[in-house]
Amino acid sequence: MSGTDDVTHIEEELPLQTLPLDAWHRDRGARMVGFAGYHMPIQYEGIMAEHGWTREHAGLFDVSHMGQLTFTGDGVDAALEHLLPSDIRGLKPFRQRYSMLLDDEGGILDDLMVSRLGDGAFDGADIYMVVNGATKYDDIGWMIEHLPDAVTMNHMDEQALLALQGPEAGAALASLIPETADLLFMQSGLFTWRGVSLWISRSGYTGEDGFEISVPGEDARLLADALCDLPQVKPIGLGARDSLRLEAGLPLYGHDLTPTVSTIAADLGFAIQKRRREEGGFIGHARVMKELADGPGARRVGLRVEGRLPAREGAKIFAGSVEVGEVTSGGFAPTLGAPIAMGWVSTPYSAIDTALEIDVRGKRIAAVVAPMPFVPHRYRRKP
Amino acid sequence: MHMSRYFTDEHEWIDVEGDIATVGITDYAQEQLGDIVFVELPAEGTTFEKGDDAAVVESVKAASDVYAPISGEVVETNSALEDEPALVNSDAEEDGWFFKLRIADASELEGLMNEAAYKTFVASL
Repeated sequence: MSGTDDVTHIEEELPLQTLPLDAWHRDRGARMVGFAGYHMPIQYEGIMAEHGWTREHAGLFDVSHMGQLTFTGDGVDAALEHLLPSDIRGLKPFRQRYSMLLDDEGGILDDLMVSRLGDGAFDGADIYMVVNGATKYDDIGWMIEHLPDAVTMNHMDEQALLALQGPEAGAALASLIPETADLLFMQSGLFTWRGVSLWISRSGYTGEDGFEISVPGEDARLLADALCDLPQVKPIGLGARDSLRLEAGLPLYGHDLTPTVSTIAADLGFAIQKRRREEGGFIGHARVMKELADGPGARRVGLRVEGRLPAREGAKIFAGSVEVGEVTSGGFAPTLGAPIAMGWVSTPYSAIDTALEIDVRGKRIAAVVAPMPFVPHRYRRKP
Repeated sequence: MHMSRYFTDEHEWIDVEGDIATVGITDYAQEQLGDIVFVELPAEGTTFEKGDDAAVVESVKAASDVYAPISGEVVETNSALEDEPALVNSDAEEDGWFFKLRIADASELEGLMNEAAYKTFVASL
């Protein structure tokens, strides 16, 4: 047997580094793989079981490979508005926003979360940003090149990041830190637990309610143990993280998003607020405006795949004999009990309910363009 | 006990009865693959040379090829796997078999491992 796909392709040639919870994962029976340059847990008891547990209870994910950055200094808002297409000036303290780094041609270099800090968190820095693990060093290089001297960027590489996700995440975290119960989706705050400062946002990458918790690496084990001692919480690996985010319709950088694709084509226009569209002043603005006016040539869509055979990344999409796109993420959706996929489809074939075919190893599999998310989001918003 | 069970270094098992070989993947292999959601089996009547792509196992995360461990013609496939691919996880070395081959060249069995040798091989991985 030989792996032909996915789990193996993320393994890298460079020597892998370890994250603060490395031994903790191994103690809990995780199977470790190379991902984004680190040893990381792909699964503990199995992807299906972990996926189901997260949808019904609460799962704890170690995402410490991601880059955690802070920005401080005079003119930080203006500097970040040059780098990001999102509204930073209007971002209030303790609020978080989804954004991305664009290159000069409007291609996506990375997608990210950006928040305004408060309460003196992270030594009184102004802005906190979380970027993807595999791209963080490129992102840092790009930003250093484009930030003015007055703005200081700090890469907090000794900080761990844990995500607690699922319908019971709120109750679980509130049993340790009651004040977190007041957070709503995309709000954040500084909390103290057993003397440890935690920056917690109500957000995540599964479509479920939940939190992302920034914790000093040296305290990560204490927190992970306390959370997993709760009856609602089990550790969950990267495998289920991927199947959960795919069901939630959330793109994965390096697969669904790359430097060759643009914000509007990726259906991420919501990240560019009205004032920014009108005023411009960010890298990549021309492409955004052109595609808002003329429409993009291809769009990121969801696909429901007939039968049980999953269509994977790289599979070509056809309308009759015409090749019209390519799958960028695909797999089996445990919640739906059926294969689903995400991919690029040329605009004339991208409308919901368009019947298409996907070539899987020479077989044509029927698929239909479907709305995303595939599984409804259950974020905790204002009632 | 399986008096004539052979194993390959690609983690397949082969039971030989007369000129018919039943082929599946080992318990170690299913454990490595994780939750199996689909098994693509060859058509009956297909003829394989040893080493040809014979089947594809799809787990939640990845697709993996299964090679023909010996040459032969496919005489039967395990239709139970169509409805219940997870049989490969729950019973890889019995009910989760993949296909049966009419053996073309019995001498190809000679280089394969027995159960004890395979156990040693897996322990070395």
